Amino acid sequence: MALGFADPFDALFRFQRALDQQRDSDWLEDMTGGTGAFPPINIFQRGSDDYLAIIEMPGVSKEDLNLQVRGNSIRISGRKIVDYGGKASIHRRERVAGDFDRTISLPVELDPNRIEAEYRNGMLSLTLPRAESDKPKSIKVT
Amino acid sequence: MAPAQELEVQQKREIEKKDEETIPARAFLPNTDISETEEALTVVMEMPGVDSDHVDITVEDDALLVSGRIDFSKYEKLQPIYTEYNIGHYRRSFSLTPGSFDEHKISAEVKDGVLRLTLPKAERMKPRRIPLK
Repeated sequence: MALGFADPFDALFRFQRALDQQRDSDWLEDMTGGTGAFPPINIFQRGSDDYLAIIEMPGVSKEDLNLQVRGNSIRISGRKIVDYGGKASIHRRERVAGDFDRTISLPVELDPNRIEAEYRNGMLSLTLPRAESDKPKSIKVT
Repeated sequence: MAPAQELEVQQKREIEKKDEETIPARAFLPNTDISETEEALTVVMEMPGVDSDHVDITVEDDALLVSGRIDFSKYEKLQPIYTEYNIGHYRRSFSLTPGSFDEHKISAEVKDGVLRLTLPKAERMKPRRIPLK
């Protein structure tokens, strides 16, 4: 009955469902990194060759953020500071603060020279291009 | 200052809908700290991915309503393969004591996905110290 034409509002809901489905997917299963560490990471694939990691860390300043890449491992470390001054009386406290240092290893070879990082509005976006050597190559059969 | 502790991930809390909404997408409650000094109330809300152009703040006499919208367009061509958190717009409201704040003096600032609202207290609400004899 339903024609199923694209509804922009619906698209967001479907995307949220897609994110749920990949929650802790086993894409990283064989790697050493574990879930639960701060900051939380979402990994996407763009096209067939690029990966994009989007990491949330609201309240972390760019100056307090360090990023290191080695091989197929990404290390994100820094400090999140929450400070209300000495004389404030707290009504409600839900935010957490502290140091963080997380390493995540990807099951693909990356091209370290083409990795790009952008940090905006508390979100870090890492463009992770796949290494040439990691891409499947078709072999001609003679 | 207390020694820095190891940060834990906070799972986003989804808003439980009381009314039917025209838009089916899920929205989340931003983590909020509220603190008070003699001069003002400070409300700090975490909304990663939201910039100052996409924050809506409404102050009525008895309520503060904040909503933050994220930009989904950057996710358009992306296929999720591993996720640890979900994304969505943010919304939260707090009750205020009527007459306690000067609505015209409220200031707001957004930095690194965090909204900081300062609500200066109306004169009559400033605490009065009781002298002890």
